[in-house]
Amino acid sequence: MPTDSEVIIGILNNSDSVLKKLYLAYFPMVLQLVINNNGNEDEAKDIYQEAIIVLYNKVKRGDFELSSKLKTYIYSICRRLWLKRLKQLNKYGGDIKDFQEYLAVEDEVEKHEERDMQLNKMGDALKLLGEPCKTIMEDFYMHNRSMQDICERFGYTNADNAKTQKYKCLQRLKKLFFQQ
Amino acid sequence: MKDNQLLEMIERYLSSEMPADERAQFDALRKKDATIDAKIAEHIEFTSLLKQYNDRLSLQSRLDEIHDEIDVHTLKDDLMAHPSWVVQMWRNHHSKISVAASVAIFAVLTILYFTGDLSNRDPRFQQLKQEVDRVKREQSKLGAKTDNIIKANKTGPAISAKFSGTGFALTGNGYIVTNYHVISGADSVYVQNAQGESFHTKVVYTEPQYDVAILQIIDPAFKNLGTVPYSFKKSKSDLGEAVYTLGYPGDDLKFGPGALTASTGFHGDTTEYELYIPVNPGNSGGPLMDDKGNVIAIINGKQTQTQGVAYAVKSNYLLKAIQSIPADSLNKSLKLSTKNTLTNLSRTQQIKKLRNYVFSVKVYNQ
Repeated sequence: MPTDSEVIIGILNNSDSVLKKLYLAYFPMVLQLVINNNGNEDEAKDIYQEAIIVLYNKVKRGDFELSSKLKTYIYSICRRLWLKRLKQLNKYGGDIKDFQEYLAVEDEVEKHEERDMQLNKMGDALKLLGEPCKTIMEDFYMHNRSMQDICERFGYTNADNAKTQKYKCLQRLKKLFFQQ
Repeated sequence: MKDNQLLEMIERYLSSEMPADERAQFDALRKKDATIDAKIAEHIEFTSLLKQYNDRLSLQSRLDEIHDEIDVHTLKDDLMAHPSWVVQMWRNHHSKISVAASVAIFAVLTILYFTGDLSNRDPRFQQLKQEVDRVKREQSKLGAKTDNIIKANKTGPAISAKFSGTGFALTGNGYIVTNYHVISGADSVYVQNAQGESFHTKVVYTEPQYDVAILQIIDPAFKNLGTVPYSFKKSKSDLGEAVYTLGYPGDDLKFGPGALTASTGFHGDTTEYELYIPVNPGNSGGPLMDDKGNVIAIINGKQTQTQGVAYAVKSNYLLKAIQSIPADSLNKSLKLSTKNTLTNLSRTQQIKKLRNYVFSVKVYNQ
């Protein structure tokens, strides 16, 4: 089991091995929580990965303070997420069987879900965008490729044509995103 | 300015590819036109969202990769709480169980309330009450009995004989012997012979110690029987001796053959013989004869636990009783016959002669 500070430094350094250690360390705890409260292993996986993402982003933003144990933090996020899920599924029986102590993390979960919604909207907009726009957007804005590469890849003879195409695509993507 | 051109300029501005003079120009434009400022902010946000989306996708795929290495199935089995079946049942059915329990509790309370067990009473009180109830019942029974007796008294004395036994003649002039227990407490005693004739008698003497009673026929219809054909044996009889009796267990004279089985009677009573002979309650007071036609005893009881065992008062105690009769109680002579005319007769012929001297004793009382 990695120490809490090891995990934070590892995340900041994009360390794959620390991420793996972190993931393996606390999954059983969350699996236990979910399967003993009306859930299955797939639901446990979804909940847990969401919690890891919340932690990851928090650490990346630099506002994770080691005021509580990492374990307690992850458990609290998962617990909150699972409670919401149970209520959505109308499976909530009035109480939840707990295995750890936990903190109040409602605000953080709320923020995370707002952001998550935005990202899902982006994903949907990209799907609707169609080719070649989608690939151009991904290459330029997401994968940081140069316009030179993109020109060659799509066989644009004129770099200006490629630029024009890129801006058209971006305009359409914005339109699709804000229309939703 | 076209949107595309503006976008291109914004991107160049943001990526610091813009030469210094153009940059100053754009800054001036930005100050002048607030919409350009907003466009810049929007562009920054939107492209960063695209970046975040990318980051999210890559993180997600990294996590999925890690997750695939976990043996979730085994882990699940280990982590699944396996509560005992009682707990599981409670979890799955607790609402139903609760309802059932409430109903049961309600029912019990209702029953307790109606049976009065809810009140703070000592259970022993119940028992006492039962006792009292029993006493009450018995008292009312007694009351009913008393009522019956009073009613019976109003209708006068009973007509039918309450009790009967057997008796036999001591002499031809009307002295008869029977058991004391047959006539004790009687108001009047009648004897009935084999022909069905009844004669009124009086009790001349009783000897409760030997269970002997002497009666005398005082009925005017009575005629002398003639000399009795048997004698009374004074000595002891031997074990194994063949004996028989005649008596009235019912309305008819009955013959009962048997044997002398012990020289003492019930609980070692030396005044009695023990016999093996078929007798019934009405046989009490009947003569026990030996083969030669001597009276050796008077039947007086039988063993209830052992079939066929009876007891008889030895004849010498009868003789003793006769001797102790006060002389003034006898208005006729009581002289026992010393001559035995049955000795050489067969048993059937003995019985033919005997039957005239054996009586049914009928006792009447209120």
